[in-house]
Amino acid sequence: MATVTLKPTKVPELIFEGYSITPDAFAGKTAAQIAALPGHEGKFVLKLGEFFTVSGNGGETAADTDIVIDGDCSRVKYIGSKMTAGSVTVNGNADMYVGGWMKGGKIHIKGNVDSFCGIQMEGGELLVDGDAKNHVGCAYRGDWRGMKGGTIRIKGSAGNDIGTAMLGGTIIIEKDVFIHVSTHAEGGTVIIKGDVEGRVGGQMVKGDMYVLGKIKFMLPGYKKIGTVEKEVDGAKYTFDHYIGDLGERHGKSKGQYVYANLYLKAAA
Amino acid sequence: MPKLIKGVGCPYCGSSCDDIEVLVSDDETKVLEVHNACIIGTNLFHHANDPTRPRLPRKRQPDGSMKEIPYEDAIDYMAKTMLAAKKPLIYGFGSTNCEGMSAIGRIAEKSGAVLDNCATICHGPSFLAIFDNGYPSCTLGEAKNRADVVVFWGCNPMHAHPRHTSRYSIFPRGYFTQKGQMQRTVLCIDPRETDTAKLADHHLMLDQGHDYELFNAFRTVLRGHDIPDVVAGIPKETIKKSAEIMKNAKFCMIFFGMGCTHTDGRNHNIDHAISLTRDLNDHTKCSIMAMRGHYNIAGPGQVWAWQFGFPYCIDLSKGTHAHMNPGETSSVDLAMRDEVDCFVNIGADAGAHFPIQPVQHLKKHPFIVIDPNFNMASEISDLHIPVRIAGVDEPGVVYRMDNVPIQFKAVLKGLPGVPSDEELFDRVYERMCELTNTKPIWLAAKEDRRYPESEAVS
Repeated sequence: MATVTLKPTKVPELIFEGYSITPDAFAGKTAAQIAALPGHEGKFVLKLGEFFTVSGNGGETAADTDIVIDGDCSRVKYIGSKMTAGSVTVNGNADMYVGGWMKGGKIHIKGNVDSFCGIQMEGGELLVDGDAKNHVGCAYRGDWRGMKGGTIRIKGSAGNDIGTAMLGGTIIIEKDVFIHVSTHAEGGTVIIKGDVEGRVGGQMVKGDMYVLGKIKFMLPGYKKIGTVEKEVDGAKYTFDHYIGDLGERHGKSKGQYVYANLYLKAAA
Repeated sequence: MPKLIKGVGCPYCGSSCDDIEVLVSDDETKVLEVHNACIIGTNLFHHANDPTRPRLPRKRQPDGSMKEIPYEDAIDYMAKTMLAAKKPLIYGFGSTNCEGMSAIGRIAEKSGAVLDNCATICHGPSFLAIFDNGYPSCTLGEAKNRADVVVFWGCNPMHAHPRHTSRYSIFPRGYFTQKGQMQRTVLCIDPRETDTAKLADHHLMLDQGHDYELFNAFRTVLRGHDIPDVVAGIPKETIKKSAEIMKNAKFCMIFFGMGCTHTDGRNHNIDHAISLTRDLNDHTKCSIMAMRGHYNIAGPGQVWAWQFGFPYCIDLSKGTHAHMNPGETSSVDLAMRDEVDCFVNIGADAGAHFPIQPVQHLKKHPFIVIDPNFNMASEISDLHIPVRIAGVDEPGVVYRMDNVPIQFKAVLKGLPGVPSDEELFDRVYERMCELTNTKPIWLAAKEDRRYPESEAVS
C-alpha cells in the first residue's frame, strides 16, 4: 500500500474543484505528477500543487493508493468523487460532493462535510465524524435513480433530503435530521438515531427506514400495522411498524402490495 | 394627434396581458393613457415618461460618487471585468425580452460565468420538481375554456397577478365554462386569509409550512385510505370534501405559487402537487401550472434550456459543458459561499430581493447593474448601464407563465443613444472577442442596431 499525503498550503479565493483527488487519479503517479494534476478554480485550470504540498507516490492501482489530507478542506469540492477503490482520509472538514458518484473504496472525513455527500453513490464506504449538510446520498437533480449501494455513516446530524430517490445501500445518521428522508425512494435503508422534524418517506414506494428518536410531524400516508423487534446497527429495539406511503403507487409481489416500511422506536 | 396603439403586451406580471391599449403622443415619446391594464401595469408604462431616467452609464469613482461615462467606456469596463473574473455571476432577467437573454448567453460562455435568473429565488424549485416528476400542464386558454374547479395553492393572484382571475381563472366565460364564475368552484389553500382566499368558495387555512403533509393527505384519501383526524391543521372531513370536489370536477386546474416553492421542502412540495395532479387524472382531467411572477420569467427557462440544456443556475465555468445543481450553482448559495468574484445584475433588483448577507458578499467584488431605471442594486453598484425598457420602448418575444410565446410591441421610440439589452450585450460580446483575439460566433442583427446614435454622449 502506498500513502500519498497532501498538506493544504493555501486557502483558495473561490472554491477549488479537487476532482483529481481520488485514488484512481493518483494511482501510478509520482508525487510530482500528482502535484501537476488539474483542478478548477472558477474558469481557470490550476494544479493540485498550488494548493497542497504532495509527499509520497501513488500505488500501482487505485486499490493500493491511500490518500491522507492533513488539514482543512472546507473550500475543496469533489474529494473522492467517482472513486472506485483505495482510501481517502481528511483530517479536517471537506466541502461539497465528497464521495459523489463513488463506486468503491473508503472515505473518512474527520470533520464536517457540506451538501451533496455521497450523491448518486453506487458502492464503497463513506464515514463522516462530524455533521453533514443537505442532500446526503441523494439523487442528482432530475434523476429518479439515486443512491444504488454502499454505506454512508454520518456521526453527527444532517440537514434535509436524505436518500432522495434511493434504490439501494445504507445511510446511517447518528444524530438528528431536519426534513425529507427517503423521498421518492424505491429501495435502500436509512437509519436515523436522532429525531426528525418530519416528512419521513414521502412518495416512497419501497425500502426501509428506522428512526430511533422521535418524528415531530408524521405523514398522514403512513399507517401503523404492528410492533416488531428488530436489530439495527448492532443493537436490538422494539419498533412500531408503519407502512406507506399509502398515497403513492405500489407494486405487487405474489398478489400482495409491497409498501415501504417505517420502523419507529416504540415508546418505552 | 395622439396615437392609440392596440394589442400591446404588458411588461408586468406572468399573466402577460396582450390586450392593452396605449395612447401615445404624436412624436411617440410620451405615454398619455393606458387602457385595460391593471394599476401596476398602467404605472409601468407611465414610468417611461419619467424625465429623470438615466441616459448614460454611471461609474463609481474612488471618492464613492457616481459619474456619467460614455457607453464605449462602460462596455469596455464590463468586458474586461468579466474576462478577468474567475467566476462571474450573471443574475436577473425577470424583466427583459428573450433577445436579450439569448445575447447574454454568448457573454456568459465567453466569460465562463454562472448564468442565473430570478427563478432562483422564485419558481426554481418548480423546475427541480418538473425534472423529477414531469409537468402535466396546459395553456391558460385551456384553463379558461375548461376548468370548472380552480385551486390556488400558496398563491395570491388578486395581488400578484391582478388580471389573472378576470382573464383566465375565475371570471371569464369560456367555451365549456359559459357561466363564468357561476360555473367554477374555487378552492384556496393558504395559511393567510388573502384577498384570493376571500374570493374562494372554500378556503383551507393550513398550518404554515405543512403543504407537503396536506398534499400527502389528499393523495392518501384519493387512494381510498384513511388519514388522521387533523392534517396540517385541517380537519379530515374538510380534506375529504375538498378531494371530492376536485375528483368530481370536469376539469380541475391547480395554480401554485411561492407558498409552495419557498416554504420548507420547496421542490418536494411541487413534486407532490404534480403527483396529486397525476392521481386526479385517474378520476377526471386535471392540470397544474406555476404562477410565474414576471411577464417574461418563463423566457430564460425557454431560451437557456435551448442554448445550454438547463433553465437556470447554469455554471459555464468549465468551458466544455454546462453544469447545473441548485444549492451549489444558485445565486444566493454562490454568494453566501464566496464562490463568485464578479456580479452582473440585469433587469432585476438583487439589492431589493436578495437577503442582505449575499448582497454584502457580492459587494466585495465588481458589481455591475444593467437596468433602465434607478433601483437599489444600481445605487450600490460600481457600474450602472441604462438600457431601453423591454415592452415599452423596445419590442421583443416574451413567454407567458404557461410558456406561450407572445411578441410584445414597443409603444415609444426610446431614449436616443440608449441601447436595448440585446444591442448592449452584443457590443460587450464583440469587445470581449476583440480583447481575447477571437471571432464572435454570432452577433444578432448587427445591421439593425440603432446604437450608437449617441446624441446623449456628446
